[in-house]
Amino acid sequence: MNYNWNWAVLFQDPYLGWLISGLGWTVSVSLCAWVVAFVIGALIGVGRTVNNRLISGLCTAYVELFRNVPLLVQLFVWYFAIPEMVPDGVGHWMKREMPMPEFTTTVIALGLYTASRVAEQVRAGIDSIPKGLKAAAKANGLSGTQVYRYILLPISFRIIVPPLTSEFLTVFKNSSLALTIGLLELTAQSQQIADYTYNSFEAFTAATVIYIFIALVVTGLMQIVETRTAIPGQSGKGA
Amino acid sequence: MLIGKKLAAIAFAAGLGLGVGLPAFAQDLTGTLKKISDSGEIVIGHRESSVPFSYLDSDQKPIGYSIDICARIVDEISTELGKEISVRYVPINPKTRIPLLANGTINMECGSTTNTLTRQQQVEYLPTTFITGTKILTKTDSGINSIDDLGGKIIGLAPGTTNDRVIREEAEKRGIDVDFLVVNDHAEGMLALETGRADAYSTDHILLFGLIETSKSPDDFAVVGDFLSYDPYALMVPRDDSAFELIGKRALANLFRTGEINDIYAKWFDPMGIEQTPLLQAAFQLATLPE
Amino acid sequence: MSGFDFSVIVSALPFLWEGLQLSFLLTILAIIGGLGFGVLLALARMSGFRLLSLVAATYVNLIRSVPLILVIFWFYFLVPLVLGRPVGGFYSALIAFVMFEAAYYSEIMRAGIKSVAKGQVQAGKSTGLGYWRIQRHIVLPQAFRNMIPVLVTQAIILFQDTSLVFVVSLRDFMTASSIVARTEGRLVEMYLFAAVVYFVICFAGSLTVRRLQSKVAT
Repeated sequence: MNYNWNWAVLFQDPYLGWLISGLGWTVSVSLCAWVVAFVIGALIGVGRTVNNRLISGLCTAYVELFRNVPLLVQLFVWYFAIPEMVPDGVGHWMKREMPMPEFTTTVIALGLYTASRVAEQVRAGIDSIPKGLKAAAKANGLSGTQVYRYILLPISFRIIVPPLTSEFLTVFKNSSLALTIGLLELTAQSQQIADYTYNSFEAFTAATVIYIFIALVVTGLMQIVETRTAIPGQSGKGA
Repeated sequence: MLIGKKLAAIAFAAGLGLGVGLPAFAQDLTGTLKKISDSGEIVIGHRESSVPFSYLDSDQKPIGYSIDICARIVDEISTELGKEISVRYVPINPKTRIPLLANGTINMECGSTTNTLTRQQQVEYLPTTFITGTKILTKTDSGINSIDDLGGKIIGLAPGTTNDRVIREEAEKRGIDVDFLVVNDHAEGMLALETGRADAYSTDHILLFGLIETSKSPDDFAVVGDFLSYDPYALMVPRDDSAFELIGKRALANLFRTGEINDIYAKWFDPMGIEQTPLLQAAFQLATLPE
Repeated sequence: MSGFDFSVIVSALPFLWEGLQLSFLLTILAIIGGLGFGVLLALARMSGFRLLSLVAATYVNLIRSVPLILVIFWFYFLVPLVLGRPVGGFYSALIAFVMFEAAYYSEIMRAGIKSVAKGQVQAGKSTGLGYWRIQRHIVLPQAFRNMIPVLVTQAIILFQDTSLVFVVSLRDFMTASSIVARTEGRLVEMYLFAAVVYFVICFAGSLTVRRLQSKVAT
């Protein structure tokens, strides 16, 4: 095979810097998108379980819409289509004055997409709580809001920590789609190093190792969260 | 002129002699020629929006100056192998073109690629078929007349191109505070400019004219500034495969010698009003080696 | 860019249809390949050979930690290099999807196989059946039945994921829509149209999953 190995290239200037900055973008996009996903996902997930037809219908529609369109298409709609659909002034703002357009667009697109998946987990968590508990709370004179506030949410959020961990990891992986709109995150940087040096093997290996490292760190952190939040007697761990 | 005529006569005679003898050489084929002979197919990498070199027509078929030149090389390969070969086109972009050629996915690249020494570590080039350089495309009302006016503006660049490096280096050298927008292809760069996402887009000047030509409102755009780089275009072929390279060189020498290149050139560049420069003519002449 | 013109979609329909066909073809072949390789991975992981199960587990966890785009880049670069001869972008992408999906399918299958009660395996053993016969006649048929809804869900995700071949310019439905959007300067129309098409197909798929789920449950 005609391949010139050169692992040292990864530690040369400017390529090492590219990898580090790529990692920075990947982490910051993912964390910001996760905050959006978690907040909106929790609201939508709770919304699907309430006794109001309109609210639960809207929340269901949200989940179906965002789950059934590929993330890449959603990203392109946010980046290319929406700025042309809104009034000129707003569109211009989205394309130029909005801080870091590629970054912000990715955070919104990835956040709203992931929210639909978080919502499903939240709903499943609430649904998994025995109906009797809700009835008991009501019988004790708690209002609808209080039932959620003191009974359903605290329990369900502790139940869904493991599935949320895997969603959190998925956000990091999905953040790589940002390269299609020109955000030079980790995958894009590794590809750019491959372009410039033709040492594709080394460049992709570096990115792969960093992603695995991210996965290990996230899994480790979430395991701590998991043991801390586990409901005694309900799960095998930490009880 | 007399020498020219004599040369042509010799070339003609040599061509005749070789043309008859060629298939006999086809027994011990190696490398790319063997692959093409075995599969009966040559895989050509083409661009999607490098007007007028290599781009898609309204039926999404690749056409252009480079594609036409490649067709002659394919004819030459057919002659060499003594059989018909079919052509399969594979779309490539600045990021994929060199890896795909180096790893054998495509046998030849017919796009708009600058011949550089760095790239020659991975691929081989046929003789120069066009000469251009980096310039800047902008809207006529943008007030940008050269790279020095880019302060505080946004310019689109495609990573992996020579232009990307040149603009970044020049901007740094001149101390211009300009923002960069990463785009993946010329069409995307033009799009960024049209939609106001960027104030300028930079690539080789000839491609910028191509982008203007195919845009909906050509009068709104202008190519500005001096040449910021020297970019000789050449078709790419696999490295370390001199037998295959030789056929390409021969096909090009024939094109240049017979003047057929002028017809192909006129077909693609006359509509844009771009004439052959003396430098390009000299490059053609230098590659017109005797048989 | 002013004024919407949806007629551009009509004239581009043949080109878009070709792209959609490629998306479907890629999805179907990747499901077949992914299931095949996925079964092997799941069996390897659950087998008694420690080295084999370690290798399978490492592979699955490795693939599941990296983005699909990176996997596509990897195979786009590796496949021709390893084979030593040109393969089209389609085959590189297909192999990438098979290798990627197999890791996910193997996890689904492992869960499915585990869902078959241990007692049944023991019952099989006590009637004198060998490992492969137990797998083939007792475990796998039941496991597959339990897994069907999840497998279909994964197929929908895979169909959505095929849009990522955009990064290597393979002409699937997404790339075709993008080409039309850019050459015709009709971004809004084309990307909204692409979103609608994907939505209709995937939503129909989700409804199927729901029907299957209620069927399996009964």
